[in-house]
Amino acid sequence: MIDAEIQIKEMLANKGNDIIHQWLQQNQLTPFEFQEQAWQAILNGQSGLINAPTGCGKTYSVFLGALMQFIQTNPTNWDTQKNNGLQLLWITPLRALAKDIGRAMEEVIEQLGLQWKVAIRNGDTSTADRAKQKRQMPELLIITPESLHLLLTQKNYPNYFSSLKILAVDEWHELMGSKRGVQTELAISRIAHCTNELQVWGISATIGNLAEAKNVLLSPLKKEGIIIKADINKPIEVHTIIPDEIDQYPWAGHLGIKLAHSLIPIIAESKTTLIFINTRGMSETWYQTLLTVAPELAGAIALHHGSIEQELRLWVEDALHTEKLKAVVCTASLDLGVDFRPVDTVIQVGSPKGIARFLQRAGRSGHRPGEISKIYFLPTHSLELVEAAALKSALEEGNVESKNPLLLCFDVLLQYLCTLATGEGFIAKKVYEEVKSTHCFADMQEQEWQELLQHITTGGNALQAYDDYRKVEIIEGIYKITNRRIAMRHRMHIGTIVSDAMLKVKFLSGGYIGVIEEYFISRLSPGDVFTLAGRNVELVMIKEMTVLVKKSTAKKSLIPAWMGGRMSLTANLGAVLRKTFSAALTSGAGLELKSLEHLFLLQKQLSHIPKHHELLIEQIEDKDGYHLLVYPFEGRQVHEALSAILAYRISQIQPMSFSISMNDYGFELLSDSPIPVDDSNVRELFSANHLLQHIQQSINNTEMAKRKFRDIAVIGGLIFQGMPGEKTKARHLQSSASLLFKVFEEYDPNNILLRQAYNEVLEQQMDEVRLRLALQRIQESEIVLQFPKKLTPLSFPIVVDGLNRNNLSSEKLEDRIKKMQQQLS
Amino acid sequence: MSIPLLHIIHDQHFWLSPQRSIYWEEEKTIIVSDTHFGKTGHFRKSGIAVPQQVYKEDLQRFFSLATALKPERILVVGDFFHSTANEEINLFLKWKNDFNSLQITLIKGNHDILGNSWYENADIQIIEQLYTIGPFSFQHDPSEEHNKQDGNAFVFSGHIHPGIQIKGIGKQSLRFPCFYFTKNQCILPAFSKFSGLAIVKPKKQDQVYAITNDSIIKLA
Repeated sequence: MIDAEIQIKEMLANKGNDIIHQWLQQNQLTPFEFQEQAWQAILNGQSGLINAPTGCGKTYSVFLGALMQFIQTNPTNWDTQKNNGLQLLWITPLRALAKDIGRAMEEVIEQLGLQWKVAIRNGDTSTADRAKQKRQMPELLIITPESLHLLLTQKNYPNYFSSLKILAVDEWHELMGSKRGVQTELAISRIAHCTNELQVWGISATIGNLAEAKNVLLSPLKKEGIIIKADINKPIEVHTIIPDEIDQYPWAGHLGIKLAHSLIPIIAESKTTLIFINTRGMSETWYQTLLTVAPELAGAIALHHGSIEQELRLWVEDALHTEKLKAVVCTASLDLGVDFRPVDTVIQVGSPKGIARFLQRAGRSGHRPGEISKIYFLPTHSLELVEAAALKSALEEGNVESKNPLLLCFDVLLQYLCTLATGEGFIAKKVYEEVKSTHCFADMQEQEWQELLQHITTGGNALQAYDDYRKVEIIEGIYKITNRRIAMRHRMHIGTIVSDAMLKVKFLSGGYIGVIEEYFISRLSPGDVFTLAGRNVELVMIKEMTVLVKKSTAKKSLIPAWMGGRMSLTANLGAVLRKTFSAALTSGAGLELKSLEHLFLLQKQLSHIPKHHELLIEQIEDKDGYHLLVYPFEGRQVHEALSAILAYRISQIQPMSFSISMNDYGFELLSDSPIPVDDSNVRELFSANHLLQHIQQSINNTEMAKRKFRDIAVIGGLIFQGMPGEKTKARHLQSSASLLFKVFEEYDPNNILLRQAYNEVLEQQMDEVRLRLALQRIQESEIVLQFPKKLTPLSFPIVVDGLNRNNLSSEKLEDRIKKMQQQLS
Repeated sequence: MSIPLLHIIHDQHFWLSPQRSIYWEEEKTIIVSDTHFGKTGHFRKSGIAVPQQVYKEDLQRFFSLATALKPERILVVGDFFHSTANEEINLFLKWKNDFNSLQITLIKGNHDILGNSWYENADIQIIEQLYTIGPFSFQHDPSEEHNKQDGNAFVFSGHIHPGIQIKGIGKQSLRFPCFYFTKNQCILPAFSKFSGLAIVKPKKQDQVYAITNDSIIKLA
């Protein structure tokens, strides 16, 4: 062989690498080390997980690798070859991200002179574009997990994927641990069998369990894969906004709005600011308030959240890129995705509930190498200042949470099976193997699989000849949905995000006030007074998705408990929080704790400030009844479990009924008679003996499973939320999750979806190991019993949160009614 | 424990039972409302696997009332059947065959959308709007108008699936289906156990009977 020939061969072999590096050089970009590693691994045909903070070119690490690979395999005609079929499938959790990512990728492809087409597919994609994609798949498709499943309902879908080389899952840390993650696992298990040698790459921010994250993602490939970590340390600057005036009684909810004025100078001094609000409803309120406080900001600030019209959302994103906006009030909708370069400041309003989320949000500012991420924390009630202090020290220690992947989500699997049955149909044996290859369903029993098949074909136990059940039919061994209406309905309902409907709130006399979650309003009766947008209003009626109210002068009102407010503090942050409390009123107190001095003084005067080795229990009697307050600082989730167990144990001492409330710091048991807890039995009540049995009993006796069932019923296809144009026909198919729960409990207690509701409580909330650890810690601490004369600052936010209560009773129903009637008279 | 409670209106004896029915002694008539027969079947036809057991239990309860009390007729105050015909409704017809002499009268409700010929074949007497016996009348949808009327007129209705919430100290609260009596009106609980509740707010002079597990309790 002559030299020239060898040279040509070598050149061709490295063609992809060379072309991409040339392009980088032309654009004065220097690849990070982790990017080079990722490219090499992709060229080697490997799969794996890339861990990099936002703003460090993690998108390029997979995307450019895929381009390299394509050029390498088509060294002579890479720049002329058209219609190559799907090469790279890019799964992203948020549709808001798709457009930006797509645009950035298109630019690169054009500059390189490739003939690749880039397309986006999500809920916003037009039917015309969908049809175009059907005729000729683009080389690069950006898609959400829901839309990907929707693609699987099409006939011939395997053809779309036959040319696919790489499946990338962006923001995998965000998907894993949710049912959308399970959806992604299932999609991979199917697509891996539609093409040869599929490579799967996950991209994840830092979480505590990266290796597990990789294993979950690659499980269907049965491959080990590698983890590539970006060794980039971006400094983060955390500032806390200290209120000018601190209430002695911290009021849970959204009263941080009083501090809106303090944001104005921060916005003014920054180039562009993102203001993160935990819920959609509150983001509306903040947006309005900022405009009221600083009218000069009109036109320079915008609002961005998931239920805003697509057009407006896209406009906001464009304006962010082009530096047209000074600030954007947003929700988790801007948590992820491509970077908005002008953003140099982030404000977090209210507790971020976890270290990882706080880090992620901080990282939305100052992306360029060498820049600093700047984040301001604005507390919505004074105790959140303690959280601010805890977050600071957690960041210093680099203490980041893990995300736990979900197991055996039968609701998602039921939906998936119907998805497959809607499209090509499926062969049970084959899909069983694929499903078992996922991490989520690796431990599924044959028996459970059979139940699922039964559920979709015969609808479980039925009255044989008098049944019209119709969903999936078995035709020549293939499970198929043939009824067009059922197929259409299924397509409309693919997804696992069960979002609460938002209702508009208006005055009877006209005039829009804001939006509110249906969950909250459904628990109110006409005449009840609640606070919205800083006003007390009285509920008159609900009419056609609009809540009609009138002004109220009532002193007492309910504060909406927003969905975001229901997020639980993570165990990591809880532990730091306990330590932080210890420092209150000592010389070691930081700025945040110092500002809370008189709150702590009142707490100390009425009761006690718990040190980190102590468990504080307060017993308070007032007109509402007898309160028992316990402060383990373990986060709302653990408290829900602990409170149920404690209530169950006390109710075994004597017949009693409890109403239970909790927040991230502690929980309250409320009863109409004195609660028999004192020095003699308190340790016993927190013992780890018979824990499993008591867990079971308390799950059966509270509403926890019922709440879990709400989402399961929707995902598993038991509840249809109706669809456009079918209003009247669907009307006879309406039922509520709580009614279905009741019916299943009474008439089909073994139903697989009902069992899942109980299992989710058991696994996600009543995790025995975690509870045992919490109880052990309590056993080792000193228990401090206090009998304050009135509500203490710590107890106040728990007691006033009238919503989200659990109930547990060991009294006879008839006795309870009698007692209540006597109390009334 | 399923002992019925007596409620007297205009010297007539109405026995309220925890089976969600009223027995009118003088007329030998059972009054029920919102049975929603065929509802689970309707759901199942659309691929929603609601257990049929709840329907079977409703049917059993319906016909065991007929067996136990031997009424001359059953008055259904609307929403007898949930939707269009289906297999479950055929099961109802099969059971009904064994009660040849039983007269069933339906005062139509918004869910009763089966064709008139269907009722004819099933030997069910249908009343489109309002049915009257002496001072008593029967109408599916309770109307506020009735309470404003003076005199003797009294109306039995259904439709709203009334429920009562009772509250006690310590944020205790319980909800039950109920019979709801105002001055000129009685709203019956939904007979079907596959039905939700609309909580009513009784006024001082109103009377409410709550249905707990298997007993019926008069609330003050």
